[in-house]
Amino acid sequence: MSDERRVSVGGLTRRFGSNTVLHGLDLELEPGSFTALLGRSGSGKTTLLRTLAGLDPAPAEARIGLPDRVAAVFQEPRLLPWKRVWANVALGLEGRDAKGRAERALGEVGLARHLEAWPATLSGGEAQRAALARALVREPRLLLLDEPFAALDALTRIRMHALVLELWRAHGPTTLIVTHDVDEAVLLADRVLVLDAGRIAADIAVEMPRPRSHGDARFVALRRRLLAELGLEAEVLQEAA
Amino acid sequence: MSDTHALGGRGAVAPARPVPAPRRPRFRGLDLSRTRRFASSAVILLLWQGASMAGLIAPRTLAAPTTIVATAWELVLSGELPHHLLVSLGRVATGLSIGVSSGVALALIAGLSRRGEEIVDAPMQMLRTLPFLALVPLFILWFGIGETPKIALVSLGSAFPVYLTLFAGIRGTDPKLMEAGRVFGLDRAGLIRHVVLPGALPSGLVGLRYALGSALLSLVIAEQINATAGIGFLINDARDFLRTDVIVVGLLVYALLGLGADALVRGFERRALAWRPNLIKG
Repeated sequence: MSDERRVSVGGLTRRFGSNTVLHGLDLELEPGSFTALLGRSGSGKTTLLRTLAGLDPAPAEARIGLPDRVAAVFQEPRLLPWKRVWANVALGLEGRDAKGRAERALGEVGLARHLEAWPATLSGGEAQRAALARALVREPRLLLLDEPFAALDALTRIRMHALVLELWRAHGPTTLIVTHDVDEAVLLADRVLVLDAGRIAADIAVEMPRPRSHGDARFVALRRRLLAELGLEAEVLQEAA
Repeated sequence: MSDTHALGGRGAVAPARPVPAPRRPRFRGLDLSRTRRFASSAVILLLWQGASMAGLIAPRTLAAPTTIVATAWELVLSGELPHHLLVSLGRVATGLSIGVSSGVALALIAGLSRRGEEIVDAPMQMLRTLPFLALVPLFILWFGIGETPKIALVSLGSAFPVYLTLFAGIRGTDPKLMEAGRVFGLDRAGLIRHVVLPGALPSGLVGLRYALGSALLSLVIAEQINATAGIGFLINDARDFLRTDVIVVGLLVYALLGLGADALVRGFERRALAWRPNLIKG
């Protein structure tokens, strides 16, 4: 099982017109690891994620080794409004008992009471949990999270962080989260990558036991270092504080 | 961090559900306004009736409301009205089924494939600028004065609204939902079935409502062409005998047909579009 979760990307270059978004990117993700991908807008992180999700075609010269089961959660829940919540989760599932599997996945994210609800009646956090259930029900070996909590309020985001860690531990997919929230990256991931102008500018292991606290001295130090990598100087940080 | 907690706390306290209490007076106000609407219509009817009885409105200009009701009753009892109504309904039903199904078929061809759009859409957009009722003289030359031109006119009138709205609905599919469908393993057929068509249904149904209205209008015009049966015939025949009561009965039937058609589509919308936020009962 472990090898089937490995992600291996070599020499990935993506150009849009004259604009080169990814420059010969190399990336290895250990099976079952949790990696955060940080970067400013336009750094190429969404392009990388879309390539891994199979939404953008990979160029022929790139070497891309991916697990066969990939699932994604986007910034918006992207639930089909005309399907009940369970049917959204069961979308594209094959075999019998698709509904039973969808129900179990929704139970895992705490939405057992909303199986028959229409997506439009869910709150933002509930809809995003349904989107998580839809990704998990496929037992993905690679789970891609594209700024999944950016649109949620602060309290809901804290709950979602805990839920994601719980699900990751229970199912063990190789997980890649794209975010521009440094705190979120340090809170969740084993490893933080900083993408800058289509290249990996920093690759930092996070060696802190979970649950992690914002007050931890190591947390603060790592946060400062990552912000510096993203181009925010110490003076700016002091002013903001 | 304390900022974050304060924010979260406030978010948690504020209840998301609307309180139903302030709604009540609005409903009572609605009832009142409905009463006023009803009252003003009743007054107009009474004035009309009074003027007819006083001889201010000649029967050959406009029959009295009571006469109209009595005539309607007689026409129903004699079987004359049901007969003509059935003929008209048959024309609408035949024309609509041809028009709507060809509108849907063309919209699918143009909406789901680039090549289909190139072939179908340009001529459709050109044809739609033509006021289709102006085609009557041509249709008479092509199809004669029997049932064919009548049904053809109804078909033409209903095909365009369905085509235009459904085509726009298909092309308006949210690309983000398409991507989600692709990530979760839907193939092209699955995407069309689960994402494109359900998403296009609301605008398609708006088109269907337009189509019904347009079909009715076409029916009215078509039945002026040498009809020997149907509501239009009833009206034209009555004109020759100065029977304004029968004419008004015919007009009322047309109006009821329009209302009925609209109610039919609305009822279907409530079932098929139950997922829409404005239709979900809170």
